[in-house]
Amino acid sequence: MPTHRSFRALTLGVCLSLSAACAQSDQGGEGSGSTPSSGVVVRITGSDTMVNLVQAWAENYKKKRPDVTVQVAGGGSGVGIAGLIDGILDMASASREMESDEIERAKKRNGAEPKEYRVALDALAIYVHRSNPIEVVSLEEVAEIYGEAGKILKWSQLGIENAACASGDIIRVGRQNNSGTYVYFREAVLGTEREFKLGSIDQSGSKDVVTLVSRTPCAIGYSGMAYVTPEVKQVKVSKKKGEAGVAPTLATAVEGSYPLARPLYLYTRVAPEGALKEFIDWVLSAEGQKIVEDIGYVPVTPST
Amino acid sequence: MSHSMKRTLSVISESLVEWAIRICGWSAILFVFAIFFFVFREAVPVLFTQLDLREFFTSVNWRPDSRIRPQFGILALLAGTASVTILAMVISVPAGFAAAIYLSEFCGRKPRETLKIVIEFLAAIPSVVWGFIGYMVLNPIIIWATGAPIGINILNGAIILALMSVPIIMSVGEDALKAVPDGYREAAVALGASRWQIVYKVLLPAAKNGLLAAALLGVGRAVGETMAVLMATGHSVQIPHSFLDPVRTLTATIAAELGEAVEGGTHYRVLFVIGSLLMIISLVVNLTADLVVKGIRGKQNA
Repeated sequence: MPTHRSFRALTLGVCLSLSAACAQSDQGGEGSGSTPSSGVVVRITGSDTMVNLVQAWAENYKKKRPDVTVQVAGGGSGVGIAGLIDGILDMASASREMESDEIERAKKRNGAEPKEYRVALDALAIYVHRSNPIEVVSLEEVAEIYGEAGKILKWSQLGIENAACASGDIIRVGRQNNSGTYVYFREAVLGTEREFKLGSIDQSGSKDVVTLVSRTPCAIGYSGMAYVTPEVKQVKVSKKKGEAGVAPTLATAVEGSYPLARPLYLYTRVAPEGALKEFIDWVLSAEGQKIVEDIGYVPVTPST
Repeated sequence: MSHSMKRTLSVISESLVEWAIRICGWSAILFVFAIFFFVFREAVPVLFTQLDLREFFTSVNWRPDSRIRPQFGILALLAGTASVTILAMVISVPAGFAAAIYLSEFCGRKPRETLKIVIEFLAAIPSVVWGFIGYMVLNPIIIWATGAPIGINILNGAIILALMSVPIIMSVGEDALKAVPDGYREAAVALGASRWQIVYKVLLPAAKNGLLAAALLGVGRAVGETMAVLMATGHSVQIPHSFLDPVRTLTATIAAELGEAVEGGTHYRVLFVIGSLLMIISLVVNLTADLVVKGIRGKQNA
């Protein structure tokens, strides 16, 4: 019965992360600075949006501190936060805030509240096929496309003629519900009272959304602004219909004029010490924030 | 002295090996029961309490993470699994039977060996690779050929699943045809039947149980497949209206969501309810296939 195969893989994954997490907390507690040859491992699991960013941090941190290895895994913000709550991870990356009931559960399980760090800003971009003539879309229109009982089903309803799309139907590409991008998009576009319309094509990664849109003339999708390729187009977004659209850029995200910008987080299970603390301090330093900009996200000034 | 010691040693080692083999054989039963036990144990706490079974089977609303009201309706997922499986069988059963008939009745010995190796190689390709082919290669081809707005849909998933189940259907089907005694063929030839008449009038009726078992094993493969359908069907919760609509299957839902669901939460347990349901489906399909095959053996012995 093939169903078991995925289960087995999952169990294996959990075992691996468990053993790695244990190995890390054993060594992390001692204070890594004193023993440069000990080989401390910092594991960060979570947001798929942040995988590229955290990976870049990991590689650069290795140059600076060869004794510390930062291991990076994706899977979605929900996966990282679930691991944090279950106590099998010491650090999670997330593209959304932890919800209050999640913090409650983590507190109950781990005896202390998880610590939150805002480490970068990301702008979610609306992507369409490069042949699509659309230039601007308003948040209201996006809500009518993606939201439950939304009325916009055809490209012609947006006042454009999408010639490459024979049927004229808008194909909604989205993310699976373990994704922080999915949760943030729902909150920013649909608010807290509205559901997604069922029937969107749900992809497992940020890059997958862009890849699928690049191959599908009828498609619209949302994903981090850093995932742009020459084969897709980022649409300008306006707050209300008729207002001027704003393109997703570093500048517009920082000044707040782009309506779909969001903070990215690192969470630690308990107050960090040793190698974990040093890594987070470095991430928030000028050096770490320079990498944020290089990867295509927006730096934050350290607040804590 | 040394001779008798050797003899004792060989007796001991023989019985040891016998026991090791016996344990390996019986452990399979233990594993199957353990898997059933653990999956059901995770599912049971919500089964008769939080989970509204009526909603579970009749609602299309699969919103496990809703902040307004989580809903666990699997009708759309059932429809997704059923539609992809049925279309895959419509493609793969005739193709697998045709291949089996050709290999067993019309093909020379040398090309048969080559063909069998190549077709069985299809079964060895990992399902992620099949999913990737569906996602990257078939998607634009289907858009181009059918004018559908999106190419990852039921048709795409069914083609991929058909390619994955043809080798199974073919090899089991070929065995069934081979099991028909040569006396039947000789009698038919003696009556002046052509080769096609032999196939239609004699072999297919004689091997029908074995062929049915082959088809059912193919169904089992298709129902349980996960990665390939996750990538090739579009992963979209809706009741399909045509074979060009994207759908989401039961297996893909578990694969995509189990990592996120917090251990012990309702969402987590409902995913295990789906897992239990899939195991029951697989069990019924495999048992039916087994009983059908037993049916043939019984008849041949009689």
